[in-house]
Amino acid sequence: MDLIRYYIRKFFKLLKTEVFVLPSRMIVLLFIIGLLVLPLITNDPYLLRILILASIFAIFAASWDLLSGFTGQMNFGHALFFGVGAYGAALLNLHLDLPPWGSIPLGALGAVVAGLIIGIPCLRLRGTYLALTTLSFPIILMGIVFAIPEVTGGELGISGLDRIVRSRVGQYYITVVVMVVMVVAMWKITDSNIGIIFHAIREDEVAVRASGINTTRYKLMAFCLSGFFAGMAGGLYAHFMRIAGPSTLEVSMSFQVVIWAVFGGVVTIWGPVGAVFILFPLLEFFRFWPEFRMLLFAIVILLILLFMPQGLLPWIRDKIENECPRCKIRNVATRKTCRICATSMH
Amino acid sequence: MFADIIITSLINGSTYALLAIGFSLVFGVARIVNIAHTAFYMVAAFCIFFVTHHLGFHPIVGMLIGVPVVTLLGMVTYWIFIAPIREHEAAVLIGTIALAIALQEVMLLIFTGDYRSVPPLVPGFFTIIGVKVFYQQLITFVAALVILGALRLLLMKTRLGLAIRSTAQDREVANLMGMNESRVALYAVGISIALAGFTGAVVVPLTIVEPFMWLHPLIMMMAVVVLGGLGSIKGSFFAAYILGFAEAAVVFLIPMGAFLKGSVALSIMILVLLIRPEGLFGIAFEEER
Repeated sequence: MDLIRYYIRKFFKLLKTEVFVLPSRMIVLLFIIGLLVLPLITNDPYLLRILILASIFAIFAASWDLLSGFTGQMNFGHALFFGVGAYGAALLNLHLDLPPWGSIPLGALGAVVAGLIIGIPCLRLRGTYLALTTLSFPIILMGIVFAIPEVTGGELGISGLDRIVRSRVGQYYITVVVMVVMVVAMWKITDSNIGIIFHAIREDEVAVRASGINTTRYKLMAFCLSGFFAGMAGGLYAHFMRIAGPSTLEVSMSFQVVIWAVFGGVVTIWGPVGAVFILFPLLEFFRFWPEFRMLLFAIVILLILLFMPQGLLPWIRDKIENECPRCKIRNVATRKTCRICATSMH
Repeated sequence: MFADIIITSLINGSTYALLAIGFSLVFGVARIVNIAHTAFYMVAAFCIFFVTHHLGFHPIVGMLIGVPVVTLLGMVTYWIFIAPIREHEAAVLIGTIALAIALQEVMLLIFTGDYRSVPPLVPGFFTIIGVKVFYQQLITFVAALVILGALRLLLMKTRLGLAIRSTAQDREVANLMGMNESRVALYAVGISIALAGFTGAVVVPLTIVEPFMWLHPLIMMMAVVVLGGLGSIKGSFFAAYILGFAEAAVVFLIPMGAFLKGSVALSIMILVLLIRPEGLFGIAFEEER
């Protein structure tokens, strides 16, 4: 009993000293709580559908950030992982009758293999060359999908997959929880030693190699990890939409993820997630003028980039929080002195 | 059959060469990966369609109006949207993507998504060794070669060409030598968009005009640029014809080839990159690969 009380007290102390002191952490906490209690307030299937899709694409965008933001391996063909995950899950579900909880992770493993396959030729390329080369992989796969319609269903795709669960609210909770877990996992990965090595590879690969680190292994690892998360997103998407079609491999899908991630701010993981939850409902909101929808979307992005080129969310964060000049701890912008070392903030 | 392949590959190859050279010019001078490059090609095609169909002029007039309009449009959008964020590589990337989508949507709004076509400059055809060659195909091919020749003269013989080449080699030193770097970048963007416009102009009688016509050339253009080596004009030239030939051969020789044409051309690009990561004619800069 004492132990439980101890942990409860520790939990509240953690909340008070670590979460409530920074507005950005408050926002994250409120966001997660809001997502979890939303179905209690409203049962609107349309709203739930938008949020389910946003969660799925949030995993997808964050996985792009893991590979291209952190490791600096500009991937313009991220739809490959999504498509392989979706098609893998669909084929396993239809032909082997695997339930969704089996087919989605196995489809994601397929995406890991895809990550290895494209990672090996891409090891020797960098920057723009890499970006333009990776762009071609989903197109190659799409050609193959169209060329063997007996297996892949060609243009129509594979339809009639199992639902994850029957009810819309159940699907909502499963996707949201999976999203939170995956994003926290990615964030933890980028915070660990591996993440620091990823970051270092982006900054200066030669220096990392000179420090005795096998950069080849870490770059392949980045491709595989990113492929896994994107494949999970693809599998979830296939099972939610109950169809895996060639639209998952399209160029616009690859561009979409780049737009989300850069809009939200790269090298953050939370940036792309926030961007998806802003931009995806925004795109749905524009449906009142269907013919202007994509145009407005493009103009919003162009205008936002003009004023905050490092992304929307880091810009907001810099407005509401300051970094202490001495100990580099973040503080609310209203504080005069640092909350840890009590130096003046200016 | 074989002659068909040759003709198609020469036409496609010329298109890709024109697009790819414009693209790598801007990349070399301004370090901008301009995804919207082929979107301007699409806009030029629509301009010509508008002038010939709605205003009722001869296609030549359409081309004379279309290319400067597109060039101006390209330079203005570059000046407003891309130039202020040039230092942020990732922002430029999605800026140009957004620009391409915006252009596509505007064209979709004005002209709807219907498939259109423009009449050829000179109707009719002649026969060589039993193969029909349309006069328009000949004109397109010759025009492409003439434009490429003119571009080479511009780059090699004029002071502007010298400035462009030196900025591509080293931005800072070129700036120190008294070249206004941002103005050279603007000129390079103008030349590049004009090339895209010319491509649209010479190709438009042979293709279907629709708002999504920029996607396939975009992919092929990028493959050409990577295969030939970024910034190498000679490389882009040869790579364009190689990939154009591969594409045409696949379409004519393999059943279901129309689906696989992109796949095969891109697979060739990846295979070459495995052996020569800097492309066919590229120079291996340590920091640029």
